[in-house]
Amino acid sequence: MTYLSIDQCDAFYGDQKVLECVTLDVDKGDVVSLIGPSGSGKSTLLRVLVGLNKPTNGRVVLEGEEIDYHNKRSLRRARERFAIVFQQYNLFQNMTVLKNVTIAPVKIQGRSKKEVEKEAIEILEKVGLGEKLKSYPEELSGGQQQRVAIARSLALKPEILLLDEVTSALDPELVNEVLDTIRLLAKEGRTMIIVSHEMSFVLEVSSKIAFMDAGKIIEVGEPHKILKNPDTDRAREFMGKILRH
Amino acid sequence: MWERIAEELPRFFTYYNVIFLLKAMFTTFLLSMIGCLLGSIMGGVLAILKLTKSAMLLPLRAVALVYIEFFRRIPFLVTLLLIFFVFQAIGLEMSVFAVAVVSVWVIATAFIAEIARSGLESVPAAQWEAAEVMNFNLLQTLRTIILPQAWKVILPPAFSFFVMFIKDTALASQIGVVELTYSAKVLNNKGFSAALAFGVVLLLYYMLSYPLTKIGAWMEKKLDIS
Repeated sequence: MTYLSIDQCDAFYGDQKVLECVTLDVDKGDVVSLIGPSGSGKSTLLRVLVGLNKPTNGRVVLEGEEIDYHNKRSLRRARERFAIVFQQYNLFQNMTVLKNVTIAPVKIQGRSKKEVEKEAIEILEKVGLGEKLKSYPEELSGGQQQRVAIARSLALKPEILLLDEVTSALDPELVNEVLDTIRLLAKEGRTMIIVSHEMSFVLEVSSKIAFMDAGKIIEVGEPHKILKNPDTDRAREFMGKILRH
Repeated sequence: MWERIAEELPRFFTYYNVIFLLKAMFTTFLLSMIGCLLGSIMGGVLAILKLTKSAMLLPLRAVALVYIEFFRRIPFLVTLLLIFFVFQAIGLEMSVFAVAVVSVWVIATAFIAEIARSGLESVPAAQWEAAEVMNFNLLQTLRTIILPQAWKVILPPAFSFFVMFIKDTALASQIGVVELTYSAKVLNNKGFSAALAFGVVLLLYYMLSYPLTKIGAWMEKKLDIS
């Protein structure tokens, strides 16, 4: 049985169809990267998985359990199993770093504050922010904020981590500190779906790459194959443009 | 004029007149205070209602929208007289003070709802999304994430509205509420010069609204997150 199966999903923004018949399988421990031009539906696919956009058609099945995005309980359960990290970090501006990481596990998941804080500190140390527990988001650099955002989603103990262009808003010299954190997570065997434009990074960490265009998955496969020698013309054209330099 | 005021002064500040003025001042205070407090609560509820998306609450959202748009556009005096006559027509025995409180409440609700709405909307939608995907519900999101960030946008216009409304309660004198403006009219009718009577009342209005401005500034500072 496939761990996560996205089966013929459609999604709309208003009248515009932004995902069309998207089918993708993810195995446990997989790092699947979504690549493709802007507006091709990569981020939308992640937003669909956490129910920020509702799929209008198709099924999402996680470990044999179909997610009903229109059912409150099912959606709630899905959001416990998926965690998403946004391009713009979206840290809570009114809370310290530690509070950002601990608030949901304590308030929403109802876990013990002491235990959560201990774990949160460990996670923050792992992402290199053990010194910043009491800082507010606005006092941190973009790279630091993004690492806090990753720590925040890890503290939720998700089964699948979704990373939505997490380095796109960062200054170039800050990109690597965030990529290092993701490398670490990949090494730990975390299941992740990554939207990224960092091609060499994608090639390095992914177990599978899906190329998307105009709301569809055009081609899926082993990283080297997709990046260096894709089957479809559209993928070849895209890779040709971005890999030339 | 100054000679006349100087001559009237000792007669003006008699025990009876001072008590009369202080009572009127207290009435103005209560009228604004109760009306704006109730209005803030109701206004807050309407603003939150406007944020909801569920289809079930659509009729309530429509009512909130019409209410806010309507009552922000009619003058306070008209609302006051309207409520006064509506209560009379349906035979509800209410003091003029109660009528005035309800009127302030009705208007304050509409204004505060709009002030609160724009404050809540000043917090980026991304903060809502981040909370939503972590399973925060509406009230949890508001209380722990949105409101702490929205206060600094809501408070300044809210307090300037309160201050403005202390002044507008003068219109309650039109239906016979013995508040500050009414008391000045009474003293004027008793033969004291208008300059003296209204001058003193002016100072009393100032004494009411100045601390309010200070409280507003203090709260802004206190609630400022950074």
